[in-house]
Amino acid sequence: MRAWGLIRLYTILVYVFMFAPIAVVLMLAFNNSQFGGFPIEGFSLRWFYKLAENEAIVRAFKTSLSLGLLTALVATTIGILASLALVRYEFRGKDLITTMLISPVLVPETVLAVGLLIFLRWLHMPRSFLLLLLGHSIIALPFVVLVVQARLVGIKKEYEEAARSLGASPFQTFLTITLPLLLPAVFAGALFAFTISFDNITATIFWRPTGMETVPTQIFGMLRNSVSPEINALGFVMIVITVGVPLLAGALARYFARKKT
Amino acid sequence: MAGVELKNVVKSFGAVTAVKDVDVTFDEGSFTTLLGPSGCGKTTILRMVAGLEAPTGGDILVAGKRVNDVPIHKRNLGLVFQNYALFPHRTIGQNIAFGLKYRGVSKSDAATKVKRALDIVRLPGVEDRYPTQLSGGQQQRIALARAIVIEPDVLLLDEPLSALDANLREEMRVELKAIQHRIGVTSIFVTHDQSEALAMSDKIIVMSDGKVQQVGAPEEVYNNPANEFVASFLGASNILDVTVAGSDQDSIALSTAHFGTIPVPRSRATNLGDGSSGRLVVRAEKLQLVVPGSKVTGVGAKGTVEAVDYQGQIARYFVKVGDLQLQAMNMIEGRPFGAGTEVTVQINPQDCSVLPAEVK
Repeated sequence: MRAWGLIRLYTILVYVFMFAPIAVVLMLAFNNSQFGGFPIEGFSLRWFYKLAENEAIVRAFKTSLSLGLLTALVATTIGILASLALVRYEFRGKDLITTMLISPVLVPETVLAVGLLIFLRWLHMPRSFLLLLLGHSIIALPFVVLVVQARLVGIKKEYEEAARSLGASPFQTFLTITLPLLLPAVFAGALFAFTISFDNITATIFWRPTGMETVPTQIFGMLRNSVSPEINALGFVMIVITVGVPLLAGALARYFARKKT
Repeated sequence: MAGVELKNVVKSFGAVTAVKDVDVTFDEGSFTTLLGPSGCGKTTILRMVAGLEAPTGGDILVAGKRVNDVPIHKRNLGLVFQNYALFPHRTIGQNIAFGLKYRGVSKSDAATKVKRALDIVRLPGVEDRYPTQLSGGQQQRIALARAIVIEPDVLLLDEPLSALDANLREEMRVELKAIQHRIGVTSIFVTHDQSEALAMSDKIIVMSDGKVQQVGAPEEVYNNPANEFVASFLGASNILDVTVAGSDQDSIALSTAHFGTIPVPRSRATNLGDGSSGRLVVRAEKLQLVVPGSKVTGVGAKGTVEAVDYQGQIARYFVKVGDLQLQAMNMIEGRPFGAGTEVTVQINPQDCSVLPAEVK
């Protein structure tokens, strides 16, 4: 019994160690004090107002949002098509292509970032938003492929064969049968892609054009000067988005699933 | 409605040849079964007719037209799978109407047709339910309704009853056959279950190892198997080595090791010359066991019952005659013979069929 007690204590400590910093950020976001620190001097939303007035942050936020959404769109589209090819068809070099698609997860992000930069220098292309989008899509793609592929394997081929025997062309079959059945995975993949893009910093620092900031790089830049309480507020917003969006999506999915049956 | 013809069809998957030079016809409006063990090529043939696989060689004709290069969605076929394959995200009504959408049928016409199809499969009023809300047997009826509502040229059934439990399977096979008969659609049915094949088919194509072994009506295939494979695949058979001892106008005398000489009617024996050897096939249910000393019709030999498999109305006996192991399926009159009982095993020459010795 004593051994279990120790394990329990140890587990609690690990969780505290992991989540305490996040909790601190969340709490300090509402601290009235100019200098972030305990004890909290009073509840206030002033840092959120300041955040909304800070043009640099708002701009960075908009950049991150559109970058995240576009990454989700690009990575999900390519991910679906790649998964279809890998699961439904036999062709030469399939294993190699699978490995290549997954490899961005395996390669250190710094190496990937430098590699892409060198490649673009060789092509004489400047750094741009498009490059950033391309890069983020490469990083997010493996997650989309893994999620969509797993689901596609579970969708029996007979559904598609039945649809085609009834007169649906391959494309109509995809739209009416495969895609709807794949939707939960597509949704999950898109969320992954968005979240990965939204809080990516390592590769973004390498790829962003001069003057363009995403939320993480903006925070990073601000931290170099001082720890402003605004950053805590921004941290709060980011946590709400990256945790809240998937939770909301899950709740919606369950709601629609219940409504159907 | 149309017949289907396969001309010298070959299908290879890499180094494996699944279908070897198959030449068969499926008559217009008939119910034809492709019967054989798994891996015999029967499903591959069905998938080629459906357009899900392309033949490596030969031609496939539907209504006299070559369809090798016609993609599946333009072939106008009804396809029913073993696992039903109803679209889980669509209601029953939407499932059945799926094919009508691509045939330019208006919404109101479609609703009428769906209703009629549901009446045919005797499941009216389930339009708004989802497939998972129905039982396996009901789902398979819906799958059938979905396939026939488009008025297909050919109905392809890929082991549609195999996923159902035994009682339901027998009920469904009667019903399936009745529906097919009523709408008169050319049907190709794939199964490994000989009783399904015998019960439902107008014609059976027995396959093994990618080749057609025999084509014929159920009684024909059952009573006059073309070779040992067919004899042993359809029901239990006893196969004895025989040599031709002599012949007259009506019969051929075959000498056996354990039953003496059996005079088999000429019509039951393919042309065997004097002195040539052959194989005598006796169905298990034609091998009669009687109490020793009773009057024997045909020829008889002494044997011992080794094991009994009691099945209610009938019993399956494993009998030893000398060094020969035989099977007999007999109606039980009174009490079944117990293991170890001495019996007389009798063969009626009328019930035998003779095959030439297999050329190995």
